[in-house]
Amino acid sequence: MIAIIDYGVGNLFSLRSSFEYIGADAVVTGDAHEIARCDRIVLPGVGAFQDAADKLRRSGLDDVVRSEAGRGKPLLGICLGMQLLFDRSLEYGEHEGLGLTPGRVVPLAPLLPPELKVPHIGWNALNFPKDRPKSRLFQFVNEGGHVYFVHSYCATECGDAVIATAEYAVPVTAAVERENVFGTQFHPEKSGETGLNILRAFCSV
Amino acid sequence: MITKRIIPCLDVKDGRVVKGVKFQQLGDVSSPVTLAKHYSDSGADELVFYDITASVEERRLFTDILREVASCIFIPLTVGGGINSLEDFDRVLKCGADKVSVNSGALRNPDLIRDAARRYGNQCVVLSVDIKRVDGQFRVFARGGREDTGLDAIEWVRQGESLGAGEIVVNSIDTDGVKGGFDLEMLQAVCDAVSIPVIASGGAGSSEDFVQLFKTIPKVDAGLAASIFHFGEVEIPALKQLLAREGIPARI
Repeated sequence: MIAIIDYGVGNLFSLRSSFEYIGADAVVTGDAHEIARCDRIVLPGVGAFQDAADKLRRSGLDDVVRSEAGRGKPLLGICLGMQLLFDRSLEYGEHEGLGLTPGRVVPLAPLLPPELKVPHIGWNALNFPKDRPKSRLFQFVNEGGHVYFVHSYCATECGDAVIATAEYAVPVTAAVERENVFGTQFHPEKSGETGLNILRAFCSV
Repeated sequence: MITKRIIPCLDVKDGRVVKGVKFQQLGDVSSPVTLAKHYSDSGADELVFYDITASVEERRLFTDILREVASCIFIPLTVGGGINSLEDFDRVLKCGADKVSVNSGALRNPDLIRDAARRYGNQCVVLSVDIKRVDGQFRVFARGGREDTGLDAIEWVRQGESLGAGEIVVNSIDTDGVKGGFDLEMLQAVCDAVSIPVIASGGAGSSEDFVQLFKTIPKVDAGLAASIFHFGEVEIPALKQLLAREGIPARI
C-alpha cells in the first residue's frame, strides 16, 4: 500500500488515479498510523514552499515522513514535494526543508537567459548523468523520454543525488535519488506513459 | 528543450462532445471519455474541456464526466466554461482538472485571476481571451465572442499577467473557423506584450499552419484546435512527425 501524504496542499486526485491505473493500491492520508502501515510514501505538493513546509510541520507529518524514510521506506517527493526533501529553500526568504537529501532550492529565473519563460512549463526530455548507472526509478523508461514540468524554483547543489536533468538553456535538476529517497521535479502523474512507467518503477523499488 | 504543445479542445454539452466528431473506428465518438483517451493515446500534449452547458443539473453531469476523464488520462487537463468564482475553480479542480480557464468571468471580475492565483498558484490560472479587430485595434470580446467590451486586448493580456495568470489562450475571432491559418499578426502582438506562455487558437486548417505558427513566432508555446482534430483532417501523430522534420521541438 502506498501512502499519498495529505497535508492540505494540492489536488491529489490525479496522483491516486494514476496509481490505481497501474494496479497499485494507494491511500490519501494524513494519519500517522496509517502512513506507518504503508510500505511506500509519496509526498506531493503544489504552491509555495513556505506554506507547504508550515502545513507539513503543523500537522506533525514532517516528523512522520522523516522517521519513516529513516527506517528505509521508499519515499517519492513530487514537484514541490521533491523540493521539500532538501535542506532549505530560498523561495521568498529562507526556509528549512526536511533535509533528507543535500541541496537547496533557488529561483529559476536568475539562472536563465532573459528570453526564457518562467515558470518552466511544458514537456521536456530527461537526460541521465553519464557518471552514474541509470537510476532504479528509470528502469522502465529511456533517456530522452518526455515528462511534464511546471515550476519556477529548482534544486541546486544536490551533490551526486541527481539522476536526471532537463535542458532549459541550463541543466535543470529533474530527479534525485539518495538511498530510499526519490524526488521528481516533474509530474509523473501528468507525463503520459513515461510518467506511469516511473510510478511503476517506484512501486517496485 | 521544451517542446511545442499540441492541444485538442473538446466542447461538452449534456455530457457529450458536440460540434461533430468523425472517428468511426472509435465507436461512440461523442463520449468525452472515449475521445479524450483517443487524443491522449495519439500524443496530444494536453486537453482542454469546455463546459458549454447552461443549467445546474447539466453542470453536475459535466463534473461526473470530468472525474471519469481525469481518472484515465495522464496528461494535463484544462477546464473552462462558466468559471465565475473561486467555488467554480474548486469544483473542477476537485474533479481532477489541473488548470482552469477563465474568460468572461475574469472580464466581469478581474480580481478572480488574482484570488485564484493566490489560492491555487499561477500555473493553475489560464486566461482565455477572444480577440477581434475593431477600427484597427485588437479588441476583447465577451460572452463567447458576441459582445464587444471596448477593452484593448493588449492592455487586457498585460493586466491578466500582472494579476497572476500563468498562461494565455488567444482566440482570434477573425480567423476562427476560416481554416486559413493562425492570426500571426495578432499573436505576435500578444507575445511581445507578455512573458508568460501563449497558446494560439483559431484558424488552423492544416498541419502546415502549425509549422508556420511555430516558425514565424517562436515565442508561441502551443497550438490549440478543435474541429480539424475531431474530423481527422489533421492527425496528431503525423502533425508531430512533421513538426520534428521541420526542426520544431515536439514530443513524439
